[in-house]
Amino acid sequence: MDIPYTVTPRPDTGVYNAKLGVWLFLASEVMLFGGLFSAYLFLRLAAPAWPGELVGHTYHHASEVLNVPIGTINTMVLITSSVTMVMAWASLMMKQFARFKLFLGSTILLGLVFLIIKAFEYHEKFSHHMFPAESTFLAVYFTLTGLHALHVIGGLIVNSYFWGPGSKMWQTQPERFTNRIEVAGLYWHFVDIVWIFLFPTIYLL
Amino acid sequence: MSDASHAEEMKRHVKIYQRVFFALAVLTILTVSVSYLHLPIIYAMIIALLIAISKSSLVASFFMHLISEKRAVFLVLTFTLIFLIAMFILLIGSYYEQEGVFLGGH
Repeated sequence: MDIPYTVTPRPDTGVYNAKLGVWLFLASEVMLFGGLFSAYLFLRLAAPAWPGELVGHTYHHASEVLNVPIGTINTMVLITSSVTMVMAWASLMMKQFARFKLFLGSTILLGLVFLIIKAFEYHEKFSHHMFPAESTFLAVYFTLTGLHALHVIGGLIVNSYFWGPGSKMWQTQPERFTNRIEVAGLYWHFVDIVWIFLFPTIYLL
Repeated sequence: MSDASHAEEMKRHVKIYQRVFFALAVLTILTVSVSYLHLPIIYAMIIALLIAISKSSLVASFFMHLISEKRAVFLVLTFTLIFLIAMFILLIGSYYEQEGVFLGGH
């Protein structure tokens, strides 16, 4: 039996099922990150100083601890990957499969670049004995950016599948495949939005 | 819709995506530049959040196609927003209550 409404919209919701499903999933993700953001705000309100004392020094701005230029570059990398993701979908809508491969491939590469830069930042912190247990600031930093990085890894796995073996569906069910890329994109853009809030609130404020 | 007009429509979309990308890049540079001014935390926070909300609205509206989405999706998002705000109010409220702001300083 075929799964219903993978291509045509369901009459009562007006959208195909996967789209509503992914939006519901994203709603739960909003609550997950929202809970952590509110915990961050709570901890920060109660902190006597922020970032405060870290491995023997007292800091007054997060930008003295975290590398803002590298964070900015990573923001640009993720924004660019969001554009290539939506372009991958647009290419399928225009029936240009080669272009789709190019754009989704770029999205995957940019995701990898983001993770490599993030790993470099983590290494930098660890080499200065800055671990999550050292301070509230570092606990918040590693929890939020770590969970975000896990989401990037999840997106990379899904996108890589659709770039590789999953793309065979284009030959048999092109419309269904286009919808799959659209909802994979919804998730990827959500991960981008989380970073759009993480970067200023953790690095800049 | 014929294939030709469909392709034309998508080309229009692609132009919009390019403009959104440009706007996101400019807003990123803006938010970083403002942070170097070291404004008082309350102003810095308001500006940073306004820029972040603008950026995420652009991503949600155009890349996630919310600008032309169906009612069911907005229904999900409305509930999400209500629960998110409720969670923030409960948590932050509990902090101020503990500080004695609501109960006149216990």
